[in-house]
Amino acid sequence: MNSARLVMPSGDAELSSGQAAGGSHPAASSVSVGDTMITTARATGSPLIFRDRARRRDHLDQLEDEAIFVMREVAAQFERPVLLFSGGKDSIVMVHLARKAFWPGRFPFPLMHIDTGHNFGEALEFRDRFVESLGCELIVRLVQDSIDRGRAREEPGPNPSRNGLQTVTLLDAIRELKFDAAFGGGRRDEEKARAKERFFSHRDAFGQWDPRNQRPELWSLYNGRKNPGEQFRIFPLSNWTELDIWQYIVREGIELPSLYFSHQRRVVERDGVLLAEGPYNTLLPGESYQEMTVRFRTVGDMTCTGAVLSGAATIDQVLQEVAAARVTERGTRSDDRRSEAAMEDRKRLGYF
Amino acid sequence: MTTPPVDQTSVMNRTLVMNNPLADEGEEQSWEIDLLRLTTAGSVDDGKSTLIGRLLYDTKSIFEDQLEAIERASRQRGDEEVNLALLTDGLRAEREQNITIDVAYRYFATPKRKFIIADTPGHIQYTRNMVTGASTAGLAIVLVDARKGVQTQSRRHGYIASLLGIPHVVVAVNKMDLVDYDRNAFESIMEEYREFAGQVGIRELTFIPISALRGDNVVDRSENMPWYTGATLLEHLETVEVGAEEDHGEFRFPVQYVIRPHQDFRGLAGRLASGTIQPGEPVLVLPGQVETRVRSVETAEGQLDEATAGDSVVITLEDEVDVSRGDLLVRPSQLPTVNAGFDATLCWMDGHPLETGVPYLMMHMTRQVQAYVSEIVYRTDIETLERTPAQTFSLNDIGRVRLVTARPIPFDSYDENRITGSFILIDPHSNATVAAGMILPSGSKEHEESSSAPDAASPNVVWEPWNIRREEREAAYGHQAAVLWFTGLSGSGKSTVARLLEKRLFALGCRTMLLDGDQLRHGLCGDLGFTEADRSENLRRAGEVAHLFFESGAVVLGTFISPYRADRERVRSLFPRGRFFEVHVNADLETCVARDPKGLYARALSGAIRGFTGVDAPYEAPDAPEIRLETDSSDPEVLVDLLVNRLREEGLLPVAAENNLHG
Repeated sequence: MNSARLVMPSGDAELSSGQAAGGSHPAASSVSVGDTMITTARATGSPLIFRDRARRRDHLDQLEDEAIFVMREVAAQFERPVLLFSGGKDSIVMVHLARKAFWPGRFPFPLMHIDTGHNFGEALEFRDRFVESLGCELIVRLVQDSIDRGRAREEPGPNPSRNGLQTVTLLDAIRELKFDAAFGGGRRDEEKARAKERFFSHRDAFGQWDPRNQRPELWSLYNGRKNPGEQFRIFPLSNWTELDIWQYIVREGIELPSLYFSHQRRVVERDGVLLAEGPYNTLLPGESYQEMTVRFRTVGDMTCTGAVLSGAATIDQVLQEVAAARVTERGTRSDDRRSEAAMEDRKRLGYF
Repeated sequence: MTTPPVDQTSVMNRTLVMNNPLADEGEEQSWEIDLLRLTTAGSVDDGKSTLIGRLLYDTKSIFEDQLEAIERASRQRGDEEVNLALLTDGLRAEREQNITIDVAYRYFATPKRKFIIADTPGHIQYTRNMVTGASTAGLAIVLVDARKGVQTQSRRHGYIASLLGIPHVVVAVNKMDLVDYDRNAFESIMEEYREFAGQVGIRELTFIPISALRGDNVVDRSENMPWYTGATLLEHLETVEVGAEEDHGEFRFPVQYVIRPHQDFRGLAGRLASGTIQPGEPVLVLPGQVETRVRSVETAEGQLDEATAGDSVVITLEDEVDVSRGDLLVRPSQLPTVNAGFDATLCWMDGHPLETGVPYLMMHMTRQVQAYVSEIVYRTDIETLERTPAQTFSLNDIGRVRLVTARPIPFDSYDENRITGSFILIDPHSNATVAAGMILPSGSKEHEESSSAPDAASPNVVWEPWNIRREEREAAYGHQAAVLWFTGLSGSGKSTVARLLEKRLFALGCRTMLLDGDQLRHGLCGDLGFTEADRSENLRRAGEVAHLFFESGAVVLGTFISPYRADRERVRSLFPRGRFFEVHVNADLETCVARDPKGLYARALSGAIRGFTGVDAPYEAPDAPEIRLETDSSDPEVLVDLLVNRLREEGLLPVAAENNLHG
């Protein structure tokens, strides 16, 4: 039996997560039924890639050292941290940094995936393989459950986004499992509202962010004091840009889901975004799918994550492409294009 | 069903432009670039957001969708040109009010360097944001409007940059296009600012004439200012030296977290604040003073021969010594100061003002310790740089304070080390970060002038918070604690009024205590004479005793001549604002001499007593006492009525305290 264990809240998890095009959801190595059961696996992760540590500290070294410092602060200041893991490159980099931060020990927190149920199959497959190879603990919470329980309501329309609904599931899970700090892969370069985030971002008892009333963050002194019921979001990658992430992935030899690399896929262009064919996207009158050579710059909900045309099949080619890219990666997310303040509004409510 | 063909080329064109600065540098790309953190400060009109927008735009760091979005927004606002300022104004409230309200971080890179810009607003109410942005910066850009010359704001930004120890300051003289690129305008600003910079001690100063709107000398050299031969702003940013200081500093390693995967491994995780360390070197664990050696420096990539400032590593030690989070590793030959108190420059960042004598949580490196401000030495007016006495600090106030910590802690002064010399204060009730502090070198001149530094002599005294908080006592007693400090010449009537008042208050059911100068001099201060230094020490002790009674919930009446203003101000600084009343008991010297209740004037006038206030020692009358009593003409009972009414008006006594509180 595998050492990694997936904890699912209910037995129908596989039905709702990931019968997406291009991949089937691999059976979880162990599915537990019941909301609060968490299994801690014991296994040693695969050894990290060793690189020559150059004497001169370049920008990646400095960003890495800063992120490691932040992660250790969290482990020291909080009782129950959790790392929000989406299977996307930023959260994969975060896990990589967490392994380094606590090496040769294990990082002292579980991973948690808030599963919209609209995932790319490749992403879920990668997630499960990744968790298994690390032997770490993964908690999965399903947006579908929140909908079924009446906690959240599906958007109407042709490609309903479950991004907003994730907030409900996330906050419920944080409350249920009594997490007091949640690592997110958010970066300040992604979006204007995120440019003002702190490393330690205080959330009130309702999980809400108040951008006008943030704690000043000076030097590397991170104030994680809170009252019972309040929590923190932690953003160790705050100072990284998309390019930094890719440079780091190349340097560290970090493995990524295949979605990030060029492949053939049937897509439809809608409002300037190339949406993949899948069970959750419906065509509007006059639309049809076309096969194209694409890759994804972000991996999220299928209904709103757009592909870009790309022939970049290797990590070095992707890096070249990112270095030359002229559209922000969030520009491929249709949920941010809804209004100029779309991200800020979602963040105030407790989004990642 | 008809399908419109997807135009692959159009999508391709929109997503890819082969014109990135990172791709410019030949075929062979190198990612070996370093990092410069900089901060910008400027008011709405100085064009700061436009400058940042220009830097991003001209270094081709703006993505097409971002540009489209601001073009769209510019059109909606009716701007004629693309408003580059919109790139950096992030939050909705700002867009509505047209101002930047917080620290926003911006990123761009060139083939030489990655840049992190902490963009902070220049309004006075947001000093705290400026301090925040400056705390991590290696360079500051101060904007000056060429038309307006050096304004107070530009001075303020320079002052904060120097206070926060930013090694490089660039004065960007902006809007040169609006003064016809006039060299004289630039040079007169340069001259004026240089003089100011000399006063506040800015380490390295560079002046660059620019037009952010037109792009002159920001990234591209200006054709309009041939008289300027220096570097453009970007050239300067790319070449200024960064990070060398920390490497050369003394070894400081704050322990962050202990990693213990199994019994045979115990590693101390942390990031080197400064200096370097190698396996085999001796280290001292502070504050415990245990000496041992470094066995290894571990990283996930393997062991290091040497760790340098900024490295996040895990250190193992030769001996099994007790080390935990909050401890500091140093070299035995490079000791920091270890003390339970120090002077610091404090910037207050919270809406609730500073309370002296009240415990806050101090976060210093990876340690949290209780600390209180024992004295406010002065407040600095950041407009005029004038130092004025202050009873408290409110939001955005900056000045010098004395701090007492519950335990001795190791530290360096901030000008020696920006990590081991900085701290924040946290309100233990609201958990808010209420202040940022920079530790000042001990034994500096100002320090000696301002106080006798008594706590420094007993650094190992552990300070504990009050067992029962004053607020709880006050609630139980039905009135608030307060201090009335009666000052005035001998014979002016201080004791007469205070004794009557105490009886009245006691009859009303108040907890009271009368501290009399003569009583204290018989016991607690029996070792002191009447020199200026002894008088000062006498009052320091009197103030501390008053503070103890105050914390017990009492209304404390102190009758002390207290002739020196500075001594009275120091007593005042022990108490929260609104609780300390300086009562100037005023009578003509002739009246006092005539009263001469203890026969002292007669002896002083005959020369039998020396240094007698009013005779051959000065009395510095209060400029603005809370209460002034004229005893030449008034009946003491009337004055007591007046005082009781005042305490009621201040909400310290219940209004209907006709009824006995004891009953």
